[in-house]
Amino acid sequence: MDHLLIVAARDNAPVDYLPVFILLLLAVVLSVSQLAISWLLGKRVETNEAKDEPYECGIEADGHAHTRFSVKFYLVAVLFILFDIEVVFLYPWAVHFGGGVPDGVVFETRGELLGFLFAEMAVFLTILFLGWYWVVKKKALDWEEA
Amino acid sequence: MLFVDILWKLLEIVLVAAVALPTTAALLVWAERRVSAFMQDRLGPNRVGPAGLLQPIADLLKFIFKEDVVPGHVNKAIYILAPALSLVPALLAFAVVPYARDMAILDVNVGILYVFSVSSIAVYGITLGGWASNSKYSLLGGVRASAQMISYELALGLSVVPVLLVTGETHLGRIVEWQAANGWLVLYLFPAWIIFLVSSYAETNRLPFDCPEAETELVAGYHTEYSSMKFALFFLAEYIHMITASALTVTLFFGGWHVPFFTLPEGGWGTTLSCLAFCAKTGFFLFLFIWVRWTLPRFRYDQLMNLGWKILLPASLGIIMLTAGGVALLAD
Repeated sequence: MDHLLIVAARDNAPVDYLPVFILLLLAVVLSVSQLAISWLLGKRVETNEAKDEPYECGIEADGHAHTRFSVKFYLVAVLFILFDIEVVFLYPWAVHFGGGVPDGVVFETRGELLGFLFAEMAVFLTILFLGWYWVVKKKALDWEEA
Repeated sequence: MLFVDILWKLLEIVLVAAVALPTTAALLVWAERRVSAFMQDRLGPNRVGPAGLLQPIADLLKFIFKEDVVPGHVNKAIYILAPALSLVPALLAFAVVPYARDMAILDVNVGILYVFSVSSIAVYGITLGGWASNSKYSLLGGVRASAQMISYELALGLSVVPVLLVTGETHLGRIVEWQAANGWLVLYLFPAWIIFLVSSYAETNRLPFDCPEAETELVAGYHTEYSSMKFALFFLAEYIHMITASALTVTLFFGGWHVPFFTLPEGGWGTTLSCLAFCAKTGFFLFLFIWVRWTLPRFRYDQLMNLGWKILLPASLGIIMLTAGGVALLAD
């Protein structure tokens, strides 16, 4: 697997990531300063009972806001984690496939390498597709009856 | 690195993140209101400054001087943190975009991975904002937003894989250079681009996929309980996400700064021209956001989830295999 890591490590030193930390600092300063400015300069009016209520179109708030919501949302979150890992797995494969890694590491010719990679991913995606099909048939993604 | 280089880098960061992005977002707000107005046969804001161009500044001043209401029923700390948490990743995500020839704030190999990792943090701002508001509309908006954004992140991530298959790069600058040499990727990967475009509309919560803040159902969704500058930060974040999404579309599929049938001169002029080309292309895709908004009605939530999970996800997996097959056949 070492040669897959070559892509990520190729000619990038840790110092190259320095700009993003400066940018992060700037973004935090920008956000906080804008919040602070409006807090300092904004109008102050005495609060009252009606103002403190959650907005429900002018009718008095009914019950607590954190009521139960559809279990489908949790299901989507769990399925997302499953499929997102596949996406992450596809990235190094795709870079390798596109020639981002020097040839001749494992296979003699580029054709052999691509054939092997293609067959490997075909098997993997078939299994993934079967899983997806099962999820659909189980109606895990059907929102109409939730 | 030389001291001068560091100064230039600092200047670049400040110019892009603190000047260019907010200014473009402000112009975009103005453009959106004007274009919407023209599409509906009205005039739109045209009183403040020439053609209403100073309207965003007037809006900003109003946002600043409005009362900063923190309602009594909210989780105070998270409620105040959420707008900042949504703006920071929006500003960060643009860093790797090569906005001109050999120019980007962050010049790293893992450009695409960086964009996805940072932009997926943005969902926290929206979800926590909706959660901390302790209001029914906000909570529903926040929960919907998180489910929608993670669902379409899959299709978005998969629709970029063909780009990597063809170019063998995750470095955005080198992807653009590949396109400058071999032609724009949209010519090779048209279906992947369609999936990318649709997913990016869902990721930025724009119509036809603005279910998280569907006015007729949820008042204003996750920012129902927000006012003054806190609301403005959510608003700004959404527009900056639109800019980043357009810039990425241009970079990945439309040749970035490359101008077809024209060789850019070496040196400063070439860089300036390349930046202008990039801005023009990005501007077109920003216009497309507004155009689509007034063309298509909003999807129902179940339709939205069906499209993401049952159509775009398998379709993009199919496109990946087709592209891989094509690359393998052409390589021999």
